[in-house]
Amino acid sequence: MARVRLFGPLRDLAGWREREVEAASLAALRHALAREDAVLGAALDGPGVQAAVDRTIVRGDAALSPASEVAFLPPMSGG
Amino acid sequence: MRVELVEAAVDPGALLSAFIAGRRETGAVVSFTGLARADGGETTALELEAYPGFTEAEIARIAAAAAERFGLQDALVVHRTGRIAPGEPIVFVAAAAAHRRAAFEAADHLMDFLKSRAPFWKKRHGPGGEAWIEPSAGDYRDAQRWERQETRRP
Repeated sequence: MARVRLFGPLRDLAGWREREVEAASLAALRHALAREDAVLGAALDGPGVQAAVDRTIVRGDAALSPASEVAFLPPMSGG
Repeated sequence: MRVELVEAAVDPGALLSAFIAGRRETGAVVSFTGLARADGGETTALELEAYPGFTEAEIARIAAAAAERFGLQDALVVHRTGRIAPGEPIVFVAAAAAHRRAAFEAADHLMDFLKSRAPFWKKRHGPGGEAWIEPSAGDYRDAQRWERQETRRP
């Protein structure tokens, strides 16, 4: 189980902002989300989208604990 | 060094006065205020989303890198989140240094990184509906130019 948070255009695309998902790794989590919503799954793999586990950017896979927070971060635009 | 995300309107003059007050070894303070534009009526409001906790930490990392590179004495970044009307400040940046060149360059550098590397997501609301704004190619180029160019230290 991990808490998943979506930001920016990803949350409009998915129609939700935050939920719990059963997954032991980031790869398994992506797979579970893509199985439910193929459009979101493709967007999470899209250009410039980064994943953060417990507020640290992760490249590749990572193990998840039940308390993990996974955030998907589309291209950033401040100022 | 201070980083703040705020939901309420900010007063850049008051922020600048407070930042300048009480400095005896600072020769230069450069500040920048970014405002929300109406874009000829196309934008009625901007909506800024942050990732609380993560966003402040990333900005602090960007500010610390600028402080190190330019030898800053101090820096302040105040960024709005939530709904922002045209004419209202979105971001305020101030840099303090012994000499002006470092302060000018650090403020410029900070803004270039805030535009394309700080965790914010920006939506434009207008008569034509709403749309997420991605950084432009120019925004990415602005940040990249600091990777090539070395700065002159006083």
